[in-house]
Amino acid sequence: MQRYIVRRLIQALVMLVIVSMLVFIMGRLTGDPVALLLSEFSTEDDKALLTHQLGLDKPLPEQYAIFVGNALHGDFGRSIRGERAPALQLVVERLPASLQLAVVTVLVSLLIGLPLGVFAAVNKGSLLDTLARVLALLGQSAPVFWIGIAAMYFFSVQLHWLPTSGYGKPEQFVLPVFALSWFTLAAIVRLTRSGMMDALESEYVKLARIKGVSEVVVTWKHALRNSLLPVLTYSGIILGRTIAGVVVVETVFAWPGIGRLAYEAVMSRDFPVLQVVVLVIASLFLLVNLTVDILYAYIDPRIRYS
Amino acid sequence: MRLGLADTITSIVGITIILLLVIVAIFAQQFAPYDPTEGSLGDRLKPPFWQTGGDTAHLLGTDLLGRDTLSRLIFGARTSLSVAVVAILVAGTLGSALGIVAGYLGGWVEMVIMRIVDLAFSFPTILLAMVLAVLFGASFSNIILVISLVLWAEYARMARGESLQVKEMDYVALARVAGVSKARIMLRHILPNVASSLIVLATLQVGVVIILESSLSFLGVGMPPPTPDWGAMISEGRSYVVTAWWLSMVPGIAILLTVLSFNLLGDALTELLNPARQP
Repeated sequence: MQRYIVRRLIQALVMLVIVSMLVFIMGRLTGDPVALLLSEFSTEDDKALLTHQLGLDKPLPEQYAIFVGNALHGDFGRSIRGERAPALQLVVERLPASLQLAVVTVLVSLLIGLPLGVFAAVNKGSLLDTLARVLALLGQSAPVFWIGIAAMYFFSVQLHWLPTSGYGKPEQFVLPVFALSWFTLAAIVRLTRSGMMDALESEYVKLARIKGVSEVVVTWKHALRNSLLPVLTYSGIILGRTIAGVVVVETVFAWPGIGRLAYEAVMSRDFPVLQVVVLVIASLFLLVNLTVDILYAYIDPRIRYS
Repeated sequence: MRLGLADTITSIVGITIILLLVIVAIFAQQFAPYDPTEGSLGDRLKPPFWQTGGDTAHLLGTDLLGRDTLSRLIFGARTSLSVAVVAILVAGTLGSALGIVAGYLGGWVEMVIMRIVDLAFSFPTILLAMVLAVLFGASFSNIILVISLVLWAEYARMARGESLQVKEMDYVALARVAGVSKARIMLRHILPNVASSLIVLATLQVGVVIILESSLSFLGVGMPPPTPDWGAMISEGRSYVVTAWWLSMVPGIAILLTVLSFNLLGDALTELLNPARQP
């Protein structure tokens, strides 16, 4: 077990290094930041000076080595925009807003999705089951940003129930979480439903029934525990899609998170900031997948540690 | 395996909508009442015909530049479908080939390919697409490149998994003993047996591509304007939700219907071809 965890940890670290290299190379190729920073009245000398100041005249491997060396000290360069704030600081400031959005979305989806999936499996073919399937299908068929805009039109513009955008108050969470939850909820309902249907047919559930365990306990304890496994297996992918959704939804609702920061950085070719955003999101991604794999090994003893 | 009545009906509905869309996309020139990129500023922001102020000259109203929404919607179908078809062909061919090679040959080839697949999976899709789109600029071929880079890993993973099973079959062993070359075994014996799963995946991915492509357009890194594009239409209409709701709602419904149809078809195919794997 310990060897397995160490192996997975090393794997994740190697992955992080490769991601950092890709991010670095991409960043350097996204266009000429010097041209963006200078005014139309700048001379060739100004251009050369700024290129030198930004370290852009050095060979790429050297630029990468400097990048990594600085990164280990928490220095990811400065934003090329506005006050030229340190890139890491910009991202760290924006991170909590994004994490809040992602966590609330996943919690809401679990709280609604798990019971709904269980009910759908137990009452297979019922109205609720059909409803859950339709919900799951719709959730996978509409783009997140459009759900966001449609919800904004309906609940804010027409009904005046909720604010159109902004961040801070609890009611401002409702629409972004609503838009984001569709996909996550759909995935959890589908996985729980199919997991529950397998579990309810299994030998140990039959045995529990024969032993006289009540149907409620069989369903919510014995069967549900095992149908959580597929949900856990896919939680990496579900979280990945949620993070992707966050980028888009933040743009729709003017949510001051790292998703919108990434969008702004792409638009202004602000690659120091973009690099940090991508690195942070990729690290989160790797961390989640690592946690899932280790948790999985603990929960399901059948897993091979090789 | 046969489909139940409800599934049969929904898949027929799905196929019908897909066929209609394909016809509309191919004959966009004939169906569209106006040029999708030419507007007249005198006709700016006209509502759909059933709203006060709207008329039958522009059935679904006009946008900020006076361009006909219906015409842009019709040409937008062409954009969405052609991006989806080409991107899936490129990513599917490349990913499946790599996956089969990895699964059949094994060893270090498999290790290298699968590590790259892991890498592709551990990179947040939309960010990769955003970075690549800025890197390569906005054009049809670059969008295809971006989306293919995001999609291929899924085919590789599935093709490898299936090949691992198929290569243990007796007829593959027999072909090997008979001296059939590796390339020929992969092409003639492995590929046909993994193809059905790959086709189901491709069907289900049409929806994924359409949503991804529209998201890129929405984020301003998709097809360059004035290309009629559903995602871009939603993005343009976003600021006018209060005064001109149809600008963002109409293309959104088009995306929803299209993706829904492909998902219905994909689900039915999954049930028909892979009853065991049905979620």
